[in-house]
Amino acid sequence: MIEIRNLTKVYEARGEKHTALDDINLTVRDGEIFGIIGASGAGKSTLVRCINLLERPTSGSVIVDGVDVTGFKGRQLHDLREDIGMIFQNFSLFQQRTVAQNVTYPLEIAGMGKRERVARAAELLEMVGLADKAKRYPSELSGGQQQRVAIARALANEPSIMLCDEATSALDSLTTLQILDLLRSINESLGVTMVVITHALSVAEQICDSVAVIEAGRIVEQGSTVEVFAHPSSAVTQQLLQHRTVSSTITEVVTERCVITEAIDSETATDRKVG
Amino acid sequence: MELFGGFFEQYGQLLAQATWDTLIMVVVSCVFAYVIGLPIGVGFAVTAPGGLHPIRWLNMVLGWVINIGRSIPFIILLVAIIPFTRLMMGTALGVQGAIVPLVVSAAPFVARIVEQSLAEVDPSLVEAAESFGSSNWQIVYKVMLKESLPSLVRGVAITFVNLFGYAAMAGTVGAGGLGDLAIRYGYQRWNEEVMIAAVVVCVIVVQVFQSSGDLIARKIDRRRA
Ligand SMILES: Nc1ncnc2c1ncn2[C@@H]1O[C@H](COP(=O)(O)OP(=O)(O)OP(=O)(O)O)[C@@H](O)[C@H]1O
Ligand SMILES: [Mg+2]
Repeated sequence: MIEIRNLTKVYEARGEKHTALDDINLTVRDGEIFGIIGASGAGKSTLVRCINLLERPTSGSVIVDGVDVTGFKGRQLHDLREDIGMIFQNFSLFQQRTVAQNVTYPLEIAGMGKRERVARAAELLEMVGLADKAKRYPSELSGGQQQRVAIARALANEPSIMLCDEATSALDSLTTLQILDLLRSINESLGVTMVVITHALSVAEQICDSVAVIEAGRIVEQGSTVEVFAHPSSAVTQQLLQHRTVSSTITEVVTERCVITEAIDSETATDRKVG
Repeated sequence: MELFGGFFEQYGQLLAQATWDTLIMVVVSCVFAYVIGLPIGVGFAVTAPGGLHPIRWLNMVLGWVINIGRSIPFIILLVAIIPFTRLMMGTALGVQGAIVPLVVSAAPFVARIVEQSLAEVDPSLVEAAESFGSSNWQIVYKVMLKESLPSLVRGVAITFVNLFGYAAMAGTVGAGGLGDLAIRYGYQRWNEEVMIAAVVVCVIVVQVFQSSGDLIARKIDRRRA
């Protein structure tokens, strides 16, 4: 469980103060997928980065599994981060390492022996469907494949929490669907608690159990996804929902096309067999 | 052809010795310039504002040291540090005597280009590494140095070529090598063939090192396959 209590983050640049997060309170339950929705600059990344302390809160606290981690340093911080995997909008894969070496990186940091690391990486790549790409470099992969590698890397140390900062924003809609499916199945099979940032409501709608809507550093609405989407109480959410109609239509079209392509693929496959 | 053969019979030995001396000077001082300059460059990058571990005063001190070192013309440095050179090597002459000023002048240059290579590393990779619980040391050698390796290799080639030019200057004050040969025969005795031969060797060595540096950098860079 992740509890965020009275969290405030103030940035100071050349004497000017900017409140990026203003008294945030929220609870993420074990095993759920929690969405954080909001426009650009609302403070989504800052909030999520406070959970693994990439960003130090100005005040307030972050409590993970009942332990206040806000002041963690050194060994404790290392252990906390080992238990929290993270994936990013632009994948952030190490370009000079192979796919397998990217996946073994967190294991190296955790001090696992080489043979074990290699075996574990193979397992993880199998899970994300990229076993055949182990010796490739990130630059040789598509965006969707790169994000799969990043997911495998984030899961390397069997974290109980995974943070996803706009994990699908750099991907086309079909690839987005596939990545969301993967995240969903990981959540279901491994029980990993996920915090998912997105500015696309369609993403939240597809995989999130609960959502919080954030605007200008404040949470304006939170609750179960169904509830928030059915009865949006804030103006921001209502506005976002209007956009959604458009994007879900796109999603539908893509899904349809996907089915068609698959049908065509299998047909050609049978054709080949026949011929 | 005969003319050529005769030339090499007479001067070949001399040229080979001079080339060898120059290469020894440059390679040895390049190694030591990196031994000193690489940690300084890493320290400078890491302590910079917004760096991995900002330390304002240390960053300023390192910045000064690097800039002062780089602003002293080599020929002045060469003469100015003769007492120091004697202390270190027991002599300020010959190949040995040249290595000290070459290292002293190249180390700040190395620090600067190392720092620039490290600055090119995508900050989001550093952040990803942090999110996996890496220590700052691990980030330096597992991420920053590794990710910037192609750029660092290009830096070595540039340093080498610079040192090559300096080594020729050192030659004029008795360090030996190709510079010395070109001056003694070409300038003082008007033996143009020897001078031209020395220059040709210089051009070839620089070309070979620069292109192999570029080639290696391209070979090891995995960003575009
Ligand atoms: N290091 C920083 N220094 C100063 N201000 C910052 C810093 N990081 C973020 N901010 C500010 O804090 C606010 C929230 O930024 P944040 O990156 O969390 O937004 P976001 O919701 O993730 O936006 P986006 O969807 O564009 O990623 C912005 O106004 C931003 O300018
Ligand atoms: Mg963001």
